[in-house]
Amino acid sequence: MRALGAVMIKHRLWLLLLPLFGLLIVPLYNFHEPGLFGFPFFYWYQLAWVPVTAFLTWIAYRSYPDEE
Amino acid sequence: MKSEIDLTALGVFLFFFALVTIMGFVAARWRRPKTLARLDEWGLGGRQFGTWITWFLVGGDFYTAYTVIAVPALVYSVGAYGFFALPYTIIVYPFVFAVMPKLWRVAKDTDSVTAADVVHAQYGSRALESAVAVTGVIATMPYIALQLIGMTAAIAALGITGELPLIGAFVILALYTYSSGLRAPALIAFVKDAMIYIAVIAAVTLVPGKLGGYATVFDAADQAFKAKGTGSILLAPNQMVAYATLALGSALAAFMYPHTLTGVFASRSGHTIRKNAVLLPAYTLMLGLLALLGYMAYAAHLDPANNNDVVPDLFRALFPSWFAGFAFAAIAIGALVPAAVMSIGSANLFTRNFWKAYVNPAIDPAGEAKVAKITSLVVKLGALLFILYLPTKFALNLQLLGGLWILQTLPAVVFALFTRWFTAPALLAGWAVGLLGGTYLALSDGLKPLHAVTFGSVSFTAYVGIIALIANIVVAVAVNVIVAPARRLEGSPLH
Repeated sequence: MRALGAVMIKHRLWLLLLPLFGLLIVPLYNFHEPGLFGFPFFYWYQLAWVPVTAFLTWIAYRSYPDEE
Repeated sequence: MKSEIDLTALGVFLFFFALVTIMGFVAARWRRPKTLARLDEWGLGGRQFGTWITWFLVGGDFYTAYTVIAVPALVYSVGAYGFFALPYTIIVYPFVFAVMPKLWRVAKDTDSVTAADVVHAQYGSRALESAVAVTGVIATMPYIALQLIGMTAAIAALGITGELPLIGAFVILALYTYSSGLRAPALIAFVKDAMIYIAVIAAVTLVPGKLGGYATVFDAADQAFKAKGTGSILLAPNQMVAYATLALGSALAAFMYPHTLTGVFASRSGHTIRKNAVLLPAYTLMLGLLALLGYMAYAAHLDPANNNDVVPDLFRALFPSWFAGFAFAAIAIGALVPAAVMSIGSANLFTRNFWKAYVNPAIDPAGEAKVAKITSLVVKLGALLFILYLPTKFALNLQLLGGLWILQTLPAVVFALFTRWFTAPALLAGWAVGLLGGTYLALSDGLKPLHAVTFGSVSFTAYVGIIALIANIVVAVAVNVIVAPARRLEGSPLH
């Protein structure tokens, strides 16, 4: 398990746990307000996690060497 | 539903369908190998697809035609709850990032073409290999059938009735998959994905404008759900655990299917897969916006005959007929890519984990490719008969159970990438308990994916697949501790 922890830190894999917390804890976002561009919070909050997750994954991606 | 045939829409539709048919046959010559008579050439495109091809292929095969029809249909019918497809297709990518490059590496090093090959290579157990292979094939068959439902909806939207067009399209698909293998859907995926993007972007940018903006769209849906008395644009308190567990369970199951794993194994390197985990969420954004078509149907005052007509009706009502034809072609072609990859993935499983394992262990690479090609035809024929002769509801129910079943292969396929502690008998016992227990729960609830769980004073409803997966893992751990301590494998978990 210690080795797993080291990999999580070295490759920033812990960042990838953030979308799980952000999206699977539903009471965090099951509201109407505040809205954005006509979207209730429930909708824009989840849509916003798409670019955020891609960005976090990109940070983790950069920590791996290009093997090609 | 309108019954007369719209010639402009039909013309556009036929043009694109003809285009991809030609591409499907030409694909045999694309990135031409020395021979297609090898299973990893026919069935994995030579394991050399780079970032862009993988992006189009996995995107084209994961976000299926059925998705394009069914997700807005579900959102139309139940509201926020149907939106679980969005968190599902977000959290799937961190999982892909962390797990799939390792799985790819093992597959490459052991000449594995299927998940069951990998399991055999890791544990040396024919029983566990067979369990994973059979689950994969059975879970995929109804999934192919669903693609046909998506295609039927698109063809019907053109005003064409009868089964002949569907049969014709499927025969063409079967023939070019036979001759070109995975190269055919990989090449067609470029066209399919571009068309789907254009159709969806046009819909989500232009339609709200015609209907008075997104605020009006959400209001209209809110009013309609209140008037109906069912559904809501927010989750009811008792839906929250169901929503989260459906998202998590679907995400864990998604890349256990033969068709998605085929896309993973066909890529050039672990690096390609990681890069795709960063880039594939672009499709998720599209899916999230697409889901809102379900609400736009309320704002447009449509009254679809059934929920699957929401998307076709919306395009027909709000766009000129040439663009509606384009969108329907996008959906129909959208069914071809996943249907092809699913039949290839199933054919690979049959060839490697049944034919080679039990019938003819001495089979040469050319023989493997031949068996797989014929199997892909049989699989597609089976799916076609399924749709023509069995009620649609049956395919939907089986697809639901398929998700639950395929999720039970996760411990066998994934755990060995991180720890060598588990043994094959323990994983097999876990798989059996998860599969049978989960199926029992789903059947006892009248084939509902959700099951009510009570712990003392706390009760909630959760996705059956996750409940079954927990039982699966608990049993695997227990059996490993009790029965098989002597057979533990040595070795460091992480490389």
